[in-house]
Amino acid sequence: MKHNFYSKIAYDRQLCDFCGACVAVCPHDAIELAEADLSITESCTFCANCVHVCPMRALEIIDAR
Amino acid sequence: MRDKYDIVIVGAGPAGSTTARFAAAAGASVLMLEKDRDIGIPVRCAEGASEAGLRAVLENIDERWIDNRISEVFFHSPGEKMVELKFKQVGYILNRKLFDYDLAQMAVRAGVEVLTKAYVFDLLREDDKIAGIRFSHMGKTFDVKSRLVVGADGVESRVGRWAGIKTRTKMGDIETCAQYTVHDLNLADNHLHLFFSSKIAPEGYLWIFPKGDGRANIGLGISGDAAAKKAPVSYLDEFMAERYPHASILNSVAGGVPCDRTLETIVLDGLMLVGDAAHQCNPITGGGIAPALIAGKIAGQVAGRAIAEGDVSAKSMQDYPRRWHKAEGRNHQIFYRLKNYIYKLTDDELEGIAEAALHVPVAKRSLVTLFRAALVKKPSLILDAVKVFT
Repeated sequence: MKHNFYSKIAYDRQLCDFCGACVAVCPHDAIELAEADLSITESCTFCANCVHVCPMRALEIIDAR
Repeated sequence: MRDKYDIVIVGAGPAGSTTARFAAAAGASVLMLEKDRDIGIPVRCAEGASEAGLRAVLENIDERWIDNRISEVFFHSPGEKMVELKFKQVGYILNRKLFDYDLAQMAVRAGVEVLTKAYVFDLLREDDKIAGIRFSHMGKTFDVKSRLVVGADGVESRVGRWAGIKTRTKMGDIETCAQYTVHDLNLADNHLHLFFSSKIAPEGYLWIFPKGDGRANIGLGISGDAAAKKAPVSYLDEFMAERYPHASILNSVAGGVPCDRTLETIVLDGLMLVGDAAHQCNPITGGGIAPALIAGKIAGQVAGRAIAEGDVSAKSMQDYPRRWHKAEGRNHQIFYRLKNYIYKLTDDELEGIAEAALHVPVAKRSLVTLFRAALVKKPSLILDAVKVFT
């Protein structure tokens, strides 16, 4: 998946079920998930495992410019 | 809450509660922390478990935990052949809200303290040794010291990672799942249905677990690799639109299951992993309730003894992995090999297996029959299947 300096992983709060499948497959421990609060930290390398594993397709790589 | 306990357990699912209960019964002071506001909710589970699995750990089985009893399963092939199979033992469809709550209560009665809305986000260390956890609760940060930390923090486990264990689930090993609990009058039949087809659930399966009175958990799991092409929820919505277009959806839930072998390392000095966090669910079915109870009982007993003897080193707690592997872990290695083969079968191969199985009369049909048919081209695995299914 393409990414650049301005890339960011965004998630849709309406779709996300806060299930943690993304956390389980993240190679860099870059996802914080408390009850209904998900955040991606700076350790993210945009491997897109989280985007692909999500049962709800709630995550995507966006250009934050 | 105190600022120091013998053991802190992260996560209050079946694995955490069972570990907590047995450790406290052995005399340890135990704090169990749950990140969600409630024990047992949301239910990220299809709720199926065998009676034997529960009885291995629980002295009494409360009727309130059981929504339904199952004695037959129907396997559906891609071309809609239906292979009926009678269970040798009773299967339960549980009510996990009540079940998990009661498991936590049993822990409390044994002396465990429980706190919900407690988000653990780091390990404490002293002289390079694990010395407790740091968590947030209602906007404040708390440090709690302990001699032993137990990570029962599920598929999304991070406790093990912080301690240096590689707990990440590979994309090929995670089953990513979506499920609806539905009410539909067409679901009156009381049988368990499993669908195997690349169009319905590639590298996984779809399940219908009846909860009685026309209610059922309908869900599916597919591998992380397969999900890269299409999301589980899309597969589920297509199935529902085709088969149950008017079903009322009472609950929807998503989740990941680590369909893997048990992690190589599940104990370190001052640390244990248990349940999904240790990849202890059955890799072929994805069932994790009974394994969590079994692992929790062993882990709790070993942890309690380690505290009593004043030695929480990995070496002194080796009884946990040893007993776990003897009870379940070794079989899981076989299930894992079988899964890797079964989930990669083509639709044509699945059709052939159904056809072969249908030639065997229902009275003589067993899981071994099915696997024999499935493994014709892979005879080395037939012995494995016989080992675990007889």
